[in-house]
Amino acid sequence: MSSSWHRDDAAPPPPPAVKQAREQFQRIEEQAPLHTQILRLSLFAALALAVAPAHAFIAYVSNEKSNTVSVIDTDSWTVTKTIKVGQRPRGIEFTRDGKFVMVAVGDDDTIQLIDAKTQSVVDSLPSGPDPELFAQDAAGKILYVANENDNTVTVIDLEKRARLGDIQVGVEPEGMTISPDGKTLINTSETTNMAHFIDTSSRQIVANVLVDARPRFAEFKHDSSELWVSSEIGGTVSIIDPGKHEVIGKVTFEIPGLRKEAIQPVGIGMTKDDKTAFIALGPANRIAVVDVATRKVTKYLLVGQRVWHMAFTPDEKYLLTTNGVSNDVSVIDVAAQKVIKTIQVGELPWGITIAP
Amino acid sequence: MIRWLAGLIGFGLAATSALAAEPVAIGVGYLGVAAARSTLSLVEQPAENDGVAGARLAIEDNNTTGKFTGQRFTLEERRIKEGEDAVQAATALAEKNGFIIADLPADALLKVSDALRERGTLLFNVGAIDERLRETDCRANVIHTAPTRAMLADALGQYLVWKKWSRWLLVVGSHDEDKLFADALRRTATRFGAKIVQERTFEDKGGARRTDSGVTLIQRQMPVFTQQAPAYDVLVVADESEVFGAYLPYRTWDPRPVAGSAGLVPRSWDASQDQWGAIQMQNRFIKLNSRRMTALDMQAWTAVRMIGEATSRTNSGDVKKVADFVKGPDFSVAAFKGTRLTLRDWNLQLRQPILLVDGRMVVSVSPQEGFLHQVSELDTLGYDRPESKCKLK
Repeated sequence: MSSSWHRDDAAPPPPPAVKQAREQFQRIEEQAPLHTQILRLSLFAALALAVAPAHAFIAYVSNEKSNTVSVIDTDSWTVTKTIKVGQRPRGIEFTRDGKFVMVAVGDDDTIQLIDAKTQSVVDSLPSGPDPELFAQDAAGKILYVANENDNTVTVIDLEKRARLGDIQVGVEPEGMTISPDGKTLINTSETTNMAHFIDTSSRQIVANVLVDARPRFAEFKHDSSELWVSSEIGGTVSIIDPGKHEVIGKVTFEIPGLRKEAIQPVGIGMTKDDKTAFIALGPANRIAVVDVATRKVTKYLLVGQRVWHMAFTPDEKYLLTTNGVSNDVSVIDVAAQKVIKTIQVGELPWGITIAP
Repeated sequence: MIRWLAGLIGFGLAATSALAAEPVAIGVGYLGVAAARSTLSLVEQPAENDGVAGARLAIEDNNTTGKFTGQRFTLEERRIKEGEDAVQAATALAEKNGFIIADLPADALLKVSDALRERGTLLFNVGAIDERLRETDCRANVIHTAPTRAMLADALGQYLVWKKWSRWLLVVGSHDEDKLFADALRRTATRFGAKIVQERTFEDKGGARRTDSGVTLIQRQMPVFTQQAPAYDVLVVADESEVFGAYLPYRTWDPRPVAGSAGLVPRSWDASQDQWGAIQMQNRFIKLNSRRMTALDMQAWTAVRMIGEATSRTNSGDVKKVADFVKGPDFSVAAFKGTRLTLRDWNLQLRQPILLVDGRMVVSVSPQEGFLHQVSELDTLGYDRPESKCKLK
């Protein structure tokens, strides 16, 4: 491993300790009542059978410190290629047609395009300074980019690869998402602590909803009835009624033995049936499984260290999470709600996207 | 909680409709002393706008948010020269400003806080690290964003103990504040099980900090001063007055690291801090002020951001409402230190991680792993509630 920069010879190296804790936790998990175990086993077996002729997908992971993108084959669960990209790659997403992977390289002030066929960087987009996260419209024609350094959202024509304009938002724009009907763009600003509702046709802010401190990520329910916004420092996920622009509820987290400050929600993944949400809790090293109807956490899954973002395989059988500090990706079996695999990637893995 | 939530929901609507209305004006005063302190290192010489530059950035940040909430923040700066009355200056500032950011020595701050109590002005102490302002001399109208000496000493001590450098040679300057920092370091050693193997005092005999052939002399003085010490792991120096501390690294008789006022230094902030999104903050600061951000800048930024956070959460510029919210259980502020910062309700001190820096890099951030606390690990730094002598009034 090349990540010797944070090691200290005189100090007990933290990774094994954490690994141990993880194994211990898994052992405790294993000691669940027998019927649950059997249920889980049978679930797992059923799933294994169903999966047998596995359909392989390709996942791309941005490694913020290595300046690389790791390519993972979801059949063998191995890294098949490591692509050199610009400086500080973070936000990463496939174009709607599946031909390119867009990766925001913040310190180079651009978004690079990786050709999914050749798996190499072929072009770049004129984003504003320090792009971090972005969202594209349903047709895959317009890209909206959050520029952390100058409080704007940049609008880019993806076909012409040209900049169309900027929208002024709050301090440190970060989270970006578009409503399923494509009419509303959501941007969260980390120091202003708001979700800005932007009309995609007029490109004007139509509403601002205050949420808890440092909102990082926004995700709509597929039926558009709710917008979920994670607050990293606030430690909550706010649920907003997108019609009324009101916070109508909050998901809160409590993990016995873990201090409150360590629970820092970032990435959110919602199943297509809108029944289950997965929320990455950062340095709590866990993914919370949330029942969307009751807004209650039903389970915490122990993954790698400082988990931030995630992506489902298109068949929704697996959920892959990026664990920044342990430099790996955890694979969660969605139906079984169990971590089944860990894959080493580059240093400080940040974002992830999977081919449609 | 429910009331707060309801307020928040109401606010969602209000924020939308407030766009067209006249913004609410929120005045923030900044009161500091005109004289800049002198440092041994030329590169550490503070800028004239040290502190207030951070407040200015926070005013900009608050106003970006204010565009959406219908609030407009202004900053009025006042510097008092030697011999000028702090109370008079503060009273004049309080005419137009409900909030005052104060970078004052402890005694002046106390006079100001007592003079402004009736008026209801809320003060933020961004400069004074004295323990007594949070203990026997604590005041209900003063919020402290500056860490205390005990917090700084504990942050350093935790790291040294974690590193197993537990035998300390303590070298103390001859000025009062040096002695106060030494007191804090002794307390830290006792709390975390380090041993002070010997103490030495470095007398300030006066003299210039800058001379044309200073290095030659220092190179002879420092080894002699540190020789014949009992076996020790690290030299811990208390020299807040900047008389000799920075001369010690690389010049000790025994090859040992230096920490405290020089070498590895505990600070609330550093220009090299780039974790937890801080790079955005550092960039914004450099863009606005054409220099790097110091700990004092950060302490002032945090104070003004706390005001902005509270005005946006309460949807009000009313000083009493804001003060109540900041002191209340639902308040927290994000300040690029990897965790939410909250107030110790017993003495209004901001809980915060402390960086350990060497002038070029952040070496570590305390509290260190393994220092546990039943409420918040941040309360392993400094005086905790059960030890506190503060009675807020």
